[in-house]
Amino acid sequence: MTMKPLNDERVEGLIANLLRAGVVIAALVVIGGAVPYLAEHPWAHVSYRAFHGEPNELKAVHEIIPNAFSGNPRGIMQLGLLLLIATPIARVVFSAGAFAVEGDRMYVGFTLIVLAVLLYSLFGSFLIA
Amino acid sequence: MNVLEFTFLVWAGSLVAGFLGALTGLGGGVVLVPLLTIFFHVDLRYAIGASLVSVIATSSGSAAAYVKEGFSNIRIGMFLEIATTIGALLGAYLTVKVPANAIAIIFGIVLLYSAYVSRRTRPRTDVEQPPDPLATKLKMNGSFPDTSGVRQYNVYNVPSGFGVMFIAGTLSGLLGIGSGALKVVAMDQAMKIPFKVSTTTSNFMIGVTAAASAGVYLSRGYIDPSLAMPVMIGVLMGSLLGTRVLVKTQTKRLRLVFSVVIVLLGLEMMFKGLTGGL
Repeated sequence: MTMKPLNDERVEGLIANLLRAGVVIAALVVIGGAVPYLAEHPWAHVSYRAFHGEPNELKAVHEIIPNAFSGNPRGIMQLGLLLLIATPIARVVFSAGAFAVEGDRMYVGFTLIVLAVLLYSLFGSFLIA
Repeated sequence: MNVLEFTFLVWAGSLVAGFLGALTGLGGGVVLVPLLTIFFHVDLRYAIGASLVSVIATSSGSAAAYVKEGFSNIRIGMFLEIATTIGALLGAYLTVKVPANAIAIIFGIVLLYSAYVSRRTRPRTDVEQPPDPLATKLKMNGSFPDTSGVRQYNVYNVPSGFGVMFIAGTLSGLLGIGSGALKVVAMDQAMKIPFKVSTTTSNFMIGVTAAASAGVYLSRGYIDPSLAMPVMIGVLMGSLLGTRVLVKTQTKRLRLVFSVVIVLLGLEMMFKGLTGGL
């Protein structure tokens, strides 16, 4: 089996494809929720003037997923948005692996710091609250 | 407004913002929050949440086009992302503490500054200096394809670049924008990175920075799917169209027009912030 060496340019190409795939999948899931959402109450009055905050099933990662699979249109759209937020995180995970294969320990370390910050942002508020 | 009208109008507005943002290179995110708050009377926090989502979409979606050219430097990007993501976390937490009016005023200032940066021609004195020891240790010096083969470049002033990136990240989290203008300033002006490398690396970093604050916004319940949906789809379609057209059109006049729009929105945001109109 012949494998091209994992140089920076090849890594960047793979990252670009990963990002594009993530955005396309996220957009398709969002549209998949948008169609039933628009069909459900097309004439309902809507206003975002006042802030209410989203209910738990639309903000906690572990609740968004089952909520979307139960077929709730707003839940499906939110799952798409969660996938979109996860796309750069996947990119950072991939970069950590690529730096590890290149044997660049220093940059594996930097990448893991970035990953820790990203995971904290998504899950951290549940650790405190 | 009913659901259909609202969704369609927000989608159309976001499409135009994304299109002009990509075409002028100024980013569509910067006009989204003023668009949503001023014209659609959306609460500032919902608007910031929706804008962040669209920033991730455009940054990730356009990365493929940039990467092909081989200009971005993933080591510089990853190292500076430590600063931008920590800044973004701080910014996202500040959104809760800082009153909406103050955020509107800061937003106005950032809009005016973005317009100013985009109009200024960059006077840069590239004196040949010996490589910076810190940048060398961090393996940041690189090369990129040029008309005359491969051009080598050195990176300087890593600490001040890191500092400006932290501020860029904080503003990104506080205001829901990509902070592309400030990121380019940090890399281009402070760190002396060639312009093509700094713009593409900046675009690469914007998605990760926005994801750091978007995580906080999502888990706080600031991201409403019904609002973020038309914004994300609109901006994404607009920016994809914009990058297609980009090659063919003369963008100088368009940049001027878009800069004027940004200035007007900036003044309006400051006015609303000062008079408590948000």
